[in-house]
Amino acid sequence: MTPPCSIDVLLFAGASESAGGADRVTVQTHPRPTANELMTQLAEQHTELAAMVQRSRLAVDQRYVSPDHVIETDAEVALIPPVSGG
Amino acid sequence: MSNLPSTDENFGAVNIRLTDEPLEPMVQATSCEEPWLSHPDAGAILWFHGVTRRQTKKGDHVTITKELSYTAHREMAVKQLNELANNAVHEFGLHRVVIWHRLGTVPIGQASVIVGCSSAHRVAALDAVAAIMDRLKQDVPIWKQEHFESGECHWIHPSPTTDDPRTH
Repeated sequence: MTPPCSIDVLLFAGASESAGGADRVTVQTHPRPTANELMTQLAEQHTELAAMVQRSRLAVDQRYVSPDHVIETDAEVALIPPVSGG
Repeated sequence: MSNLPSTDENFGAVNIRLTDEPLEPMVQATSCEEPWLSHPDAGAILWFHGVTRRQTKKGDHVTITKELSYTAHREMAVKQLNELANNAVHEFGLHRVVIWHRLGTVPIGQASVIVGCSSAHRVAALDAVAAIMDRLKQDVPIWKQEHFESGECHWIHPSPTTDDPRTH
């Protein structure tokens, strides 16, 4: 049986608004999930974010990652909604 | 309103800054004291100001904006802007690049973003500014919230399939 672990996901802009103003949420997962797995779990465990997750990218340690990127437990993870700077 | 200090990064030919303060005075100050874009081999110096606009027309529909406010993943945004600027230096053969973005509330008529480039010839600087703005709007984790005269406000999260980044 794989021990569970938790990963905090930073939220910004409309994602933070969808989560009631929270700047992060915690996702219960297994050690070293892929970005795709974490996004799926994020949407399942925090349904208020499901629509935003569909439109967002994941950044790990401040870099966009591919769906198969493996996330280490101590990484900084951020949900990046469609950007609108400028 | 955030009182976080400015994030100011210098990388040789590149200057990146995220700040809660107005950008326009920084252009004037650097012009006098520390001319970021000056270079003995520059034949073109170009400053672009992206400014908060009052009226937006979509077809027959007109909305009136009261102000914009911006937020960012600051550390990641600085890294992304630095990478974007350095890529532009190599791609367009630039001498200097400045990218400054304001965060927090930006009133109508004030700059939310300033991009500056210098190059040997004008076409490189003109093309570089356009490319930098397009890429900034695609990848840099900065978000705007539009506050309307009607009292409504909402975050702008463009759709890649329906929203042209050149028009938001």
